[in-house]
Amino acid sequence: MRTTTFLRGGLAVLCLSSGLMTAASADTAPQPGGTIDVAIQPEPPGLMLGLIQNAPTQRVAGNIYESLLRYDTDLEPMPQLAESWEISDDGRVYTFHLHHGVKWHDGEPFTAADVVFSADVFLRETNPRTRAILEHVASIEAPDDDTVVFTLEQPFAPFIQAFEVGTMPMVPKHIYAGTDFRTNPANNHPIGTGPFEFTRWDRGSVIELDKNPDYYEPGKPYLDRILWHVIPDAASRAAAYENGTLEVLPPGSVENFDIPRLSGLDNSCITEKGNEYFNPFAMLWLNDREGPTADPRFRQAVMYAMDRDFAKDVLWNGLGKVASGPFSTNLAAHDESIEGYPHDPDKARALLAEMGYDGTPVRLLPLPYGETWTRWSEAVRQNLESVGIKVETESTDVAGWNQKLAQWDYDIAFTYLFQYGDPALGISRTYISSNIAKGSPWNNVEGYRNPEVDKLFAEAAVENDPAKRQAMYDRIQAILYADVPVAWLMELGFPTLYRCNVHDLITTGIGLSDGFKNAWIER
Amino acid sequence: MRYLSLIASRLLKAVLVLLAILILNFFLIHLAPGDPAMVMAGEAGATDAQFIADLRERFGLDQSLPMQLWHYLAGVLTLDFGYSYRQQMPVLDLILERLPATLLLTGAAFVISLGCGIVAGMLAAMRAKRPSGSLIMGLALLFYATPLYWVAMMAVLVFSVFLGWLPAYGYDTVGSDATGLAHALDVAEHLILPATTLGLFFMAVYTRMTRASMLSVAQQDFVKTARAKGLAPGMIQRRHILRNALLPIITLAGLQAGQMVGGAVLTETVFAWPGIGRLMYEALMQRDYNLLLGIFFFCALLVILFNMLTDVIYRLADPRIKEAA
Repeated sequence: MRTTTFLRGGLAVLCLSSGLMTAASADTAPQPGGTIDVAIQPEPPGLMLGLIQNAPTQRVAGNIYESLLRYDTDLEPMPQLAESWEISDDGRVYTFHLHHGVKWHDGEPFTAADVVFSADVFLRETNPRTRAILEHVASIEAPDDDTVVFTLEQPFAPFIQAFEVGTMPMVPKHIYAGTDFRTNPANNHPIGTGPFEFTRWDRGSVIELDKNPDYYEPGKPYLDRILWHVIPDAASRAAAYENGTLEVLPPGSVENFDIPRLSGLDNSCITEKGNEYFNPFAMLWLNDREGPTADPRFRQAVMYAMDRDFAKDVLWNGLGKVASGPFSTNLAAHDESIEGYPHDPDKARALLAEMGYDGTPVRLLPLPYGETWTRWSEAVRQNLESVGIKVETESTDVAGWNQKLAQWDYDIAFTYLFQYGDPALGISRTYISSNIAKGSPWNNVEGYRNPEVDKLFAEAAVENDPAKRQAMYDRIQAILYADVPVAWLMELGFPTLYRCNVHDLITTGIGLSDGFKNAWIER
Repeated sequence: MRYLSLIASRLLKAVLVLLAILILNFFLIHLAPGDPAMVMAGEAGATDAQFIADLRERFGLDQSLPMQLWHYLAGVLTLDFGYSYRQQMPVLDLILERLPATLLLTGAAFVISLGCGIVAGMLAAMRAKRPSGSLIMGLALLFYATPLYWVAMMAVLVFSVFLGWLPAYGYDTVGSDATGLAHALDVAEHLILPATTLGLFFMAVYTRMTRASMLSVAQQDFVKTARAKGLAPGMIQRRHILRNALLPIITLAGLQAGQMVGGAVLTETVFAWPGIGRLMYEALMQRDYNLLLGIFFFCALLVILFNMLTDVIYRLADPRIKEAA
């Protein structure tokens, strides 16, 4: 059991239980029944997970839709719609055996044909991230109703990580085949195979999901109903948790400075679990093309100038981890020998003097996601100015932030990226030169070009020998660490707050985003 | 006949103003950086060129700006306000779905602020030289100067979190299946905090204005005459002073009423009230052009309607205005 403590003064700490494997859930049998009240922010634009890939959509729709697999907190695959699976020795053929007797919410049977349709037709058209993964797939076939075979062009070890519900949601072929997916009326009443069914959505107020009475896992789900409360103001969400209306505040629903107070309430628990798969990784885009940030010595100076421990302790309540380098520490490919840049202002000043920095101001673009990010940009600005870098903050809203990054109109910009459990899925996209293109805030925005890194990433992705693959990833980490194409800040600790009598809320590495299947309320 | 031509010319002007507002708004919101396709791609956390191109084509954003404007205006003339990119619903449906909640909130705030404001102002005028009058004016000044969102947060903390008397947010109790009178009471309970909060500012304004206006009217000769005739003081206050003091208040009430659709963004946000103001703010953040233009259109329409209505009420309150027109 992992416990989280706050080190800040004046904080009486907390309920020490953490979501996974709490003592209570180990010796008490789950009690069925009850309604759970959860905050959702912002209101999702829709609930059809195959069409919309943003976080609030998945948080709700992860209860409605399912994929073939789930992942535990060490990112090992677990069965879901696939009962079992085999990977051929050459790493090219993935065979999935589907669960028997699974039905869609409208009563139609779920079969291998649905899997083939979802992956090969629907998601290839609608989901850019899945589309990129499926580039590795030569064919998807259903030899019978219960078996699906994915044959890859060449081995691609991270493929087994791609069956998370947001990446590869199963959608019903009998509803979508031959229609215009985006205007299909079923999008307003999503039909999945998941433990909860869509009931109603009063826009601006509430989304209601009810228990799927025909769910194929016996006894589950335990809860009768999930109510997602749409509350646009962070302080109001905090008040609603405080007065007992809400039982769960998912990661990111309240401002960080409210978290110590809320977690200190009676019967209030906090956990960092459930972020393992996405593992949001905060960094600064540095514009490698022009201005002072084009010089690697300047970029190293930025790393040395920042007091990232301060940001972690003060802005993030001590949650999360200061990043050691380009790979987050929970990835198998992370090189443990990398120590990370220390806070060393003198070294930063020396590097700036060595490159002959002339005081050209750099523009700093904060992330427009609330107060924590505003304060973080102020802290970084102060760090940079203290070593002699001239900083101009350029604040904007979300649309403006997207636009500026997509058009490369910045010098230093805050962002955070999901890791998706493997460097080939979540990390290479930031550094390979084939991913340099205007028009997206999520590709190689910084403009880093290094043929050796390109080659190593390409070879590592399709290398089937783990030892050889690790050697390549070690080399990549060493190169990136020295070049500092972007400045790595933190692996973010986004905690979930919940009433302590809610058990088994988070049982996978995907956390609240793949559903309340196991959750139950003790009365 | 004169009335008819007056009304006709007012209507013609109104239509022209609406058209000008539509065109101006259209260009204004296209000046903001980014577009809905970029926002949606940004939220997805991963994207490629094809994804954005698909979205732009679907939204018609790949056409030239004048063409987009032309399509939009042609649609509005047939009462087709287009499709919300983000919510994937017709704009008119979205607005009509949210309008009742907003009108209930702003209407209640209007009644509270106007009613209480005039009464408090009258009392303050009648007790201008006494401490109770000063107390009223002190409170009015406080409400006038305090930012709305702060009052809202404090109201939630005090009445909902600490005292537990009133619900903290929302339009009704989520998950309750109450209908009829029970539901109406439930909504009323949820309405108290946001409506009072929203009404406080204007209540303060009405109080100050009523008092000032009444005190200045009270100095005029016809009031002396009324007193000299031996009329009862209450009668003088109501019939002679208040009625003459009402004109500036009607002007202000017309302004407040015009803001009934779009004027409650902060209150709706803090209290999670499912109204138009929030919809407008979200549409702005998400560059949901069609939805935003649709809401602007309704706001403008309401302002124009209430301006006309204010003119009518002027004439009822003060028959002398008819001659001037």
